[in-house]
Formats: sequence, structure tokens, C-alpha cells
Amino acid sequence: MLQYWLQHRDRVNNTLDEIFISVGLKIIGFFHNTGKTFLFFFECFPLAFKKPSRIDEIIRHMEFVGNKSILIIILTGSFTGMAMSFQIYLGFQLVNATNLVGPTVALGITRELGPVLTGLIVAARAGGAMAARLGTMRVSEQIDALEVMGVDPKQYLVAPRILAAFITMPLLCGVFDFIAMVGAHVLCINILGLDEAIFWDKIQLWIDPGDINEGLLKSAVFGLTFAAICTNKGFNTTGGAKGVGEATNQGVVNSMVMIIVINYFMTNLIRFFYAVTG
Amino acid sequence: MEIAIDLLNLKKSFDGGKDYVLKGVDLTIPKGSLTVIIGFSGTGKSVLLKHILGLIKPSSGTIKVLGKNLTEMSMDELIHFRTNLGVLFQYAALFDDMSALENVCFPLHEHRRNLPAEQIIEIAERKLIASGLDEKHFHKLPAEMSGGMRKRVGLARALALDPEILLYDEPTTGLDPILTEMVDNLIVETHEAHEGTTSVVVSHDLIAAFRIAHHIVMLDKGKVLLQGTQEDFKNSDVELVQRFLAKGLRTQ
Repeated sequence: MLQYWLQHRDRVNNTLDEIFISVGLKIIGFFHNTGKTFLFFFECFPLAFKKPSRIDEIIRHMEFVGNKSILIIILTGSFTGMAMSFQIYLGFQLVNATNLVGPTVALGITRELGPVLTGLIVAARAGGAMAARLGTMRVSEQIDALEVMGVDPKQYLVAPRILAAFITMPLLCGVFDFIAMVGAHVLCINILGLDEAIFWDKIQLWIDPGDINEGLLKSAVFGLTFAAICTNKGFNTTGGAKGVGEATNQGVVNSMVMIIVINYFMTNLIRFFYAVTG
Repeated sequence: MEIAIDLLNLKKSFDGGKDYVLKGVDLTIPKGSLTVIIGFSGTGKSVLLKHILGLIKPSSGTIKVLGKNLTEMSMDELIHFRTNLGVLFQYAALFDDMSALENVCFPLHEHRRNLPAEQIIEIAERKLIASGLDEKHFHKLPAEMSGGMRKRVGLARALALDPEILLYDEPTTGLDPILTEMVDNLIVETHEAHEGTTSVVVSHDLIAAFRIAHHIVMLDKGKVLLQGTQEDFKNSDVELVQRFLAKGLRTQ
């Protein structure tokens, strides 16, 4: 091995250089894109509160992000609640602690799974649609047409979408939490035969409104995250139909990754906040 | 002579100065004229148009439109100023989730907020009829319309706010000869019907330029090669102009 390395040192070094350069460029690219998305967000979001009012557009996008995602949220929420409570029941049964299935499921759903899964599902559905729509408008010159008509496209197209996602996501997360707990209830009480009174009593004992609020806050931030990423990708699309496809793909993938990363940091930040404030 | 558009030593590079698309364009377009900007593909015609619209900032030089220097305007001022301009895009760029009528109503809703909805619809219908669209197509979506119909709606939308300058970006590209002639006639009719309006057509179609233009500008390699009347072009001894003319006439 050493002899091989000595013989082919130059070539190996060159390959290593290439790997380091490639990884370095990817890291720089990531920070560059993140920075651009932040700038785009801070430029566009305040426009939602600027005249002329775009209340009609905001409501239209809220209907698209929220109302049209309800069915998929109900479906995933109910099965997630059931699957999670079943797994936790199986684990707790080993240590004879099935009384704690209810609060454990509730904590997991309200603080983590509710906001994260809602974020991922809505980012894939509505975020992808946002990137594709704006990308298509860009390549077919519809955004240019808006500009030359004296309409600020960021204020008309981007800001209402971001604000709508920000408002709607906590509502969807609330629905997910509720449905997931209904699913957990059905599985634990009706199928596994746990005591209903103990199930809900323990939940009331262990769960604070703060736990639910934590999830709602996270989902609002995830709404801003995926809307900013996807609208930025769509708005700045180049390269025709291929570009629209790439923008949609990148928008959805980046949103999903960022939601999971931000979730970790927000969890720590909120724990830190509670530790400081008591 | 009043001037509608005045470009002075306009330069544009997209790669930090390595290569210039526009290499110092000096161009004056008189108010009320019908000007056609021609040139081969890749000579910077569309880039020039986007500068006039304020969609692109120049690397250097000045752009004066209706006496206002676009390079010194803030984004808000520019957005407001653009209501003086109407544009017919190459593929009309209609909003695909709106019907023909809604497309024309849109700029009126945005900039004539004090007008009642009925009056906005009435104005939009008038513009569509003036552009030659049959009433039965008013509620069709762009995807349900032919290329010619979309151009008519695009023109009606460009005219909605009664702009002082009308710009046409390659309006006949990809159309058959009959439709091309129809669009050319539409441009002339629209120009004549809106007295005082300055019309600027960006095209590579020399025949159309000779058919409709009062004033022709020829671009080559990012610079104005020649500008003047049809006679100036016919009498020009610039080789490229002669080649362009010969090719155009042969096609005809």
C-alpha cells in the first residue's frame, strides 16, 4: 500500500486535491446559496406589508397551501399517530410502563413529528408547486411582463406566498397534532386496550401548552423556510423547461434538508430558552 | 424634433467586462415615430430592448426615456415610470391562469384603482376589440388560443394604460407569412390609431421593417451600424447593410 502510494504519489495527491477542491466548492456553494436565500427573504417578506395591499393574493395562497394540504395532513397524521404509539407501546411494555405511552406519544408529536412532518409534506406539495409556478412564469417572460406593467413581481408573487405559508403552517401543524393524537387514541384504547382515563390523565399531567406552542412556532419557521427557498429558486430560474425542473427539484430538496437541520437547532434553542427562563 | 428614447454610449457586459454584448450604442428615437431595430441574431437587440424597459442595468452609458434618465432612478421610481411603456412580448407572455379579458383588466386593476370594476371591463373589452379579437374569445385562457389570438391579447394588454411608448419584441418570430403580415398590419394600425405614440419594433425581419417603419436602426456586433429612413438604407454602401438587404429581398 505504502509502496503503491510512493509510486503514484503525484497522481494520488492530485486526486486528493481534486476531492478537497470539489468538497470545498460544495461547502462554499452551500453558504453562498443560503446567504442568497436569506437576502431574498429579507428583501421580499417586508413587501407583504407594503401598499398596494395583496390581501386577495395572500388568501388565495393560504387556501392553496392550507386547504389543499388538509387531506394529506389528515392521512399522514392519523397513521403517524398510530404507528408511533404502537412502537412506543411495544417498547414500554418491556419495562411495564404502558401508562406512559400517551404522554410520550403526545410529546413526540407536538414537539417534533407534528411540525417536522407537516413541514416536509407541505414543502414537497406546496413548495414544489411554488417553485414550478414561478419558474414557469420566469421562463415564459410573465415576470418580465409584470415588471414592465409597473407591478413589483416580488411584492405581487413572492411576498404573499411567504406570508401565506407563515400563517398557514401552524394551523396545519395543529391539525396534524390533533389527528395524530386521535390516531394514537384509537390504537391505544380501541385496539391495544389501554385504560382511556389513564391515557388522557397522564397526557394532561405531562403535556404543557408550551409543548404545543413549541411545535407551532417551529412549523411557522418551517413555513418561512420552504417558502423562501422555493420562491427564490423559482423566481431566479434560468434555462427554459430544464431550468424549471431543476429549480423545483432543488427547491424541494433544499427545503427538506433545511427543515430537518433547523429543527435540530430550534429544539436546542428552545430548551436553552426554557433553561434560562426557568 | 422631440425625442422619445435617447441612448448614449450604452455598454453592457454580463461577465464583468470580459465580453461586451453592447459596445457603445448611440441611438435616438424620435417621438411619434415607428422605429424598427433590426439585426442578425445575437447582435444585442433584445438586450437593448431590456435596457429601454429598465429590466437590465447598463455597465456604462445613459438611457433617457421620455426625458427621464433610467440609470438614475430608484426601483420604486422605475416601477412607476414603466406605466408609460407598453410591451408586446415575443410569445405575448400572457398570464396563463387568466382569461384574455382578465389579462387586459390586470394592468387597469393595478394602476386605475379608483375606476369601478364595470368601467375596467368596458375599457378592456374596447382594447381587445381594437386589437382585433373576436368577442367569443374573451373568456378563453391563453392555452386555448392560437398564436395570433395571443398576440392580439398581448397587444390589447400593452395598450391598456394608453402608454406613450409601445415596444414590440420580435412580434413575428415563429409565425407563418400570413400571420406575420397580419401582425405587421396590426402594428401599423395601432400606431396610426394612437396618435403621438412612439412605436419601437425589435425584429430580424427586414421585409417587415421596410413595410412598416418610418425609421430603421441596424445593430451589428453590439453597435449601431446604420440608422435612418428606408431610402438611407437603400442608398447605403455599408457592405453588411447591402448583404442584409440582398438577403431580405431574395427571401421576399
